[in-house]
Amino acid sequence: MSSVLYDTPGPRAKRRNVLFSVVFTVLLALLLWWMWQKMDDKDQLESALWKPFVESEAWTTYLLPGLANTLKAASLAMVIALPLGAVFGIARLSDHRWVRGVSGTVVEFFRAIPVLLLMLFANEFYARSTNVGSADRPLYAVVTGLVLYNAAVLAEVVRAGILSLPRGQTEAAYAIGLRKGQTMSSILLPQAVTAMLPAIVSQLVVIVKDTALGGVMIGFAELLNSRGTLAANYANVVQSFIVVAIIFILLNFILTTFASWLERRLRRSKRSTGAVLGAEDMEELNPAAVGGTFGTGAGGTI
Amino acid sequence: MFDFLDGYDVLGAFWMTVKLTAVSAVGSLIWGTLLAAMRVSPVPLMRGFGTVYVNIVRNIPLTVIILFSSLGLADIFGMTMGSDDFDVQGFRLAVLGLVGYTAAFVCEAIRSGINTVPMGQAEAARAIGLSFTQTLTLVVLPQAFRSVIGPLANVLIALTKNTTVAAAIGVAEAAYLMKTMIENEAQTLLIGAVFAFGFVVLTLPTGLILGWLSKRLAVKR
Repeated sequence: MSSVLYDTPGPRAKRRNVLFSVVFTVLLALLLWWMWQKMDDKDQLESALWKPFVESEAWTTYLLPGLANTLKAASLAMVIALPLGAVFGIARLSDHRWVRGVSGTVVEFFRAIPVLLLMLFANEFYARSTNVGSADRPLYAVVTGLVLYNAAVLAEVVRAGILSLPRGQTEAAYAIGLRKGQTMSSILLPQAVTAMLPAIVSQLVVIVKDTALGGVMIGFAELLNSRGTLAANYANVVQSFIVVAIIFILLNFILTTFASWLERRLRRSKRSTGAVLGAEDMEELNPAAVGGTFGTGAGGTI
Repeated sequence: MFDFLDGYDVLGAFWMTVKLTAVSAVGSLIWGTLLAAMRVSPVPLMRGFGTVYVNIVRNIPLTVIILFSSLGLADIFGMTMGSDDFDVQGFRLAVLGLVGYTAAFVCEAIRSGINTVPMGQAEAARAIGLSFTQTLTLVVLPQAFRSVIGPLANVLIALTKNTTVAAAIGVAEAAYLMKTMIENEAQTLLIGAVFAFGFVVLTLPTGLILGWLSKRLAVKR
């Protein structure tokens, strides 16, 4: 294998690589052995601690309802944030300076502050100013926080998606006599949505991960929160953490794989303009880079 | 109007956020660079380890990692992080979690930076007879570093915002103080505005300066 960093290995490099492999294997094995010993020392390998996870009760009482709440909050947040993000994303491309200015300020503001702050604020706001019951309040607060933050992020995705389309699309639309609104709604947006799909699915991973924050900080009964109840019942803190982590990994891995499958498929497709916004583009979605005039770039999202 | 601030150390809380960010940034830059080196190394086993690490850590919520560092590592495995003081211990555990998590993203940013260097650059360097070390230090890495600034700046901004997760294990940083204040004081909106403003002040200059830098240093292709 050759890359930009090194050539195809010759006999000497091959010997060296084998040596590195051996040394690395030994180090890795030592690390794993040390972790295993640590687990054993603290009696964390006892089968009694793992047993609840092969019985149905732990799943039906704690983990599955928790997972259901995680999915509920994540999907609600995505469904509400997407149209909101589309509105702000399009507003940022407006021809009127004040519309651009206002929507740009709103988007940059919500992108720059942590989602936890929004959740805490929403929680307190619902408690004081509305009559949302205390049972529903955590869900409301988590979804509100996620929506505010992710609408701002998705606004940037929408904007980047529209800007990624070839200029000729707009020009052709104007040439056949479509108005600005018609161009946006029947030419640009449908194509941009296709281009954005992979990026939107990747953002879903971020949303799923952020729901866990609501579980710990405002008591929303999602997966991580129900882990606490489970561990209190079976006294298996480490084991429950491992199981919950595996569930999160599987869930997000499925989403990530789906996103990259979508991206590959869209890039192959001959029917589109070939503009695709993938997961890689999401990470460097810097307004300054996608031709924005108002961008600050203060919105890293991981 | 701002009397509700009396008796609360808002600046101290933000100073804690800054400290968490700075220490974790340095730590995750080191660990992330090591991971990136593994992911592009010619040794298949190291590449495999890097890939597995990144894919596992990226898909776990940071909250799970930080909470585990406190409830699991500290409470059950007795990792005191070299201090008996609860506050210092919490800070170090939070840094440990943040470094482990952020390093995966630093690794990906650096790797994508290396991937932007066209193959022809290295081939041309070899063709004019540069050695492996010369190719790397004179041709490939200078170009890679420049294109890595933008993505790394985004990771740094995300890290600044992610330090709020440390509130989950009781580290007295901005979000933790906001939670206390917002529950005890009447001016919900003002408190929210003060803390939001604090984070805008922290993240905006980082984004502007590093964004400007990454544009200025970008390799024109």
